[in-house]
Amino acid sequence: MVTTFSRARKQRIDALVNSGDEGSSLLQDAWARLKGSPLFWFGAVIVGLFVVLAIIGPWIAPHDPGAQLLIDQTSRARNSIAPAQDGFPLGGDTQGRDLLSRMIVGARQTLLVGIFATLIGLVGGLILGILAGAFGGWIDTLVMRIVDVMLSIPSLLLAISIGVLFTNPNLTSVIIAVSIPQIPVFARLLRGQMLAQRESDHVLAARALGVKRGPIVFRHMVPNSISPVIVQATLVVATSILDAAALSFLGLGSQDVSQPEWGQMLGEAQGSIDSHPQLAFWPAGAIIVVVLGFTLLGEALREAIDPKNRR
Amino acid sequence: MTALLQVEDLTVQFNRKGVAPFTAVDKVSFEVAPGQTVGLVGESGCGKSVTSLAIMRLLPKRGTTITGRVDFEGTDLLSLPLEGMRDRRGRDLAMIFQDPLSSLNPVVPIGIQVTEVLERHRGMKRSAAMVEARELLESVGIPDPSRRLKEYPHQLSGGMRQRALIAMALACRPRLMIADEPTTALDVTIQAQILALLKTLVVEHGTALIMITHDLGVVAGLVDQVNVLYGGRVVERADRHVLFASPRHPYTHGLLASIPRLDAGPGERLTPILGSVSDNIPWTGGCAFAPRCSREIDTCRQVSPVLEPLSSRTDHLLRCHNPVVPVGAGAATVAATLEEEPS
Amino acid sequence: MLRYTVRRLLQLVLVLFVLSLLLFIWLRSLPGGPVTALLGERATPEKREELNAVLGLDQPIIVQYFKFLGRVVQGNFGQSTGVSPGTSAVDVFITRFGATVELTVGAMIFGLALGVPLGYMAAKRRGGVLDNGYIVLSLIGIAVPVFFLAFLLKYVFAVKWGLLPPSGRQTPGIEATRVTGLFIVDGLITREWDASWDSVRHLILPWIALGTIPFAVIFRITRASVLEVQGEDFVRTAEAKGLTSRTIRNRHVLRNAMLPVITVTGLLTGLLLTGAVLTEKVFGYPGIGEALYLGFTKKDYPVIQVIILAAAAAFVIINTLVDLTYALVDPRIRAR
Repeated sequence: MVTTFSRARKQRIDALVNSGDEGSSLLQDAWARLKGSPLFWFGAVIVGLFVVLAIIGPWIAPHDPGAQLLIDQTSRARNSIAPAQDGFPLGGDTQGRDLLSRMIVGARQTLLVGIFATLIGLVGGLILGILAGAFGGWIDTLVMRIVDVMLSIPSLLLAISIGVLFTNPNLTSVIIAVSIPQIPVFARLLRGQMLAQRESDHVLAARALGVKRGPIVFRHMVPNSISPVIVQATLVVATSILDAAALSFLGLGSQDVSQPEWGQMLGEAQGSIDSHPQLAFWPAGAIIVVVLGFTLLGEALREAIDPKNRR
Repeated sequence: MTALLQVEDLTVQFNRKGVAPFTAVDKVSFEVAPGQTVGLVGESGCGKSVTSLAIMRLLPKRGTTITGRVDFEGTDLLSLPLEGMRDRRGRDLAMIFQDPLSSLNPVVPIGIQVTEVLERHRGMKRSAAMVEARELLESVGIPDPSRRLKEYPHQLSGGMRQRALIAMALACRPRLMIADEPTTALDVTIQAQILALLKTLVVEHGTALIMITHDLGVVAGLVDQVNVLYGGRVVERADRHVLFASPRHPYTHGLLASIPRLDAGPGERLTPILGSVSDNIPWTGGCAFAPRCSREIDTCRQVSPVLEPLSSRTDHLLRCHNPVVPVGAGAATVAATLEEEPS
Repeated sequence: MLRYTVRRLLQLVLVLFVLSLLLFIWLRSLPGGPVTALLGERATPEKREELNAVLGLDQPIIVQYFKFLGRVVQGNFGQSTGVSPGTSAVDVFITRFGATVELTVGAMIFGLALGVPLGYMAAKRRGGVLDNGYIVLSLIGIAVPVFFLAFLLKYVFAVKWGLLPPSGRQTPGIEATRVTGLFIVDGLITREWDASWDSVRHLILPWIALGTIPFAVIFRITRASVLEVQGEDFVRTAEAKGLTSRTIRNRHVLRNAMLPVITVTGLLTGLLLTGAVLTEKVFGYPGIGEALYLGFTKKDYPVIQVIILAAAAAFVIINTLVDLTYALVDPRIRAR
């Protein structure tokens, strides 16, 4: 009889209430998928170790990275550098400094380069994106046209062009040069997100129900927009570190040797690369591993939040 | 008369990581005689589409377990190697799908999408095939076919696309055609045209047709025999006239009763079937439809009903413990039952 | 199609215009001011006066900009101050242009020839060992800095094993007639096979090094695209028609899956150009990239200016061509 049906229905509702929300939200879904992804763990472990190293670096480095302790074993004339020895497992560089200590301490600067460049790109892109999105009309068109042109220039070329403008290149100039090409990337991403959200069905539904602007923006638009930004930011950290290394390779990087940074060390090693390739291999290897870590992490995140992957 | 297609105990199970296996099609059996039109009717999720995809062997290999037998002209399609199946598809049996736009390759002209069937199965050369393609397009009612041959799918209207797809399906005069909700994505007026076209063509060529739909209206004017599916099993099978005149399964009855009628009086309520597919209980524990059935009795939750012929007519099969009383004998009771409000 | 082409060409002009504006601003921001930058530190006062007048530095910015545009159109960028002192900056560009073209085109072909088939195979065997292995491989292609890979290849194959020449474009002593500036092509045209082969030998390592960039991108895009197209309804229709797997693959899957690859080619040109700068430096290959690098070290701004403008313009033009090609291939775009 019909009563059996309604009884069953009530039971279902009660069960639902008691169990809490069994249905998985997008985030829970994403996290479940991330947990099973080997790419994610690989990347997360690498990035985690890198961050830890960056933080505790100066305390665990065996020697002062700027001190020329092995200078007596180094000779410009004979083109020799200190080999690996007790207390100096990686040997010395062309200035007689401990390579291992420089590598360890260099993690911090390298991380900072990546993070700051990304942050500047993000904030810059946010400002442009908000400008374009909020005002709309011809401001929107103008800003986006400029963004498109900037996007049409290869990012490293742009970074190089900006790097050339500085008379005394240092780490800050590198960060700025590398971050500027990322600004249009974030601007376009954020504006696209905001536009998509504005038109999306669930926002329209909320508006139709009379929900005010503020809650719409914060509870509906922001959570959905954030995920792609996080993915992009992770990937941008990777490319920033790479581009910074490229700039140093070209001689546009920091010449200040007391604050070691892997890209800078790689640039320095160019001169003696034929005779002492290990001076280049160590920082290059570290950069590769770290960039790989961030890239894997970013890719795993991207796969996880892609709604098409939902079962 | 030997059946053209004989589906025996077809079972399709989907296996996905971390979830219990889902049986979409549960020991379904039915027959199609040469030239006969058979309908597979049911709500979304009842397994009708999966059945047809299984017959055509179009289901993905990974994660699917298919058992049973699909006998087509003497050969079991399920045990054929894929190459053998490819030979038969398009030539002996064909299928058209629901959304005509997404079913067409957007970057290839319509003409080529027709000629490729002819080239493949009849070994025709491109030029000869194009001539035939033009005639085929004309035969399905596409105006100015020569022009259409060179056009791309996005340049045609929805109705024309579906006509083109029908032309492609019938190009090699297959003995069987399966149409999976061919008109659902189309406007109502176009729907009627396409259905009329299908009817004309299958009669003309003697093609057997399996029509899959959730819309009883579509079935009414078109098919010879109707299979009603629920929860992956056939729950009623009868000739068209018999089914519409006196449906015996509560589900079929409910489907018919829920159709909005022009001659209903003002203020008369629609009578939906209560609940949804998610209210099902497994067939193993009784009747899957029981939670939604207005004629539920105790047996329905304990013993799984079997598909068997009605005592009065052997060609009308039913899977029910407590079938609907035929019209005339207790129409008032039936009506009263349906109008009871849920408490 | 015609309307679309016209529209894209107009957009191109607009973008070039904005580019010239950006370049102008950049020029004015160079350290030391544009005069010092363009003439070098040791310019005589008379030369400075002259340039001052040409640039119109005492006149309003708008006038300066138009003078700048005028010079650009006339191809007057001044003399190289560091890379090849005495020659005009534009000549430096022209002589080195062919070299970089051979390098980048070859690298692109490398990327396509490896990336498309591997990407397709990875998509077909979804989840298989090959699929996961490919992902890691391509990610490494992205993570390894191009200049490091270039150096690695050079060190192993040229320095240590001596199989291939470590630098340059041509072994000294080889006789070769110049026709187009593209040495390989020249050799083929004039039937000087050994000259052609010699050029190829110099390019093998740079091609591989630079080619990993397009390979990584094309591989991933192809794989993702094929995966998506495979699940489309029209592929199911093609299967239902009983077509051969070859027909389905070529006419239905690939023809649609390659569309994003075409789009990405435009993007890749930019990456290739910048990668070329680094690769040419490592291999001492006398192309535009090396000129740019030398320009930095010697502060040769006229040359830098020419190259950056040309590179940006080339990039934009190539992208427009790619868009037009895409419209040719995908009939749906033409309708808009």
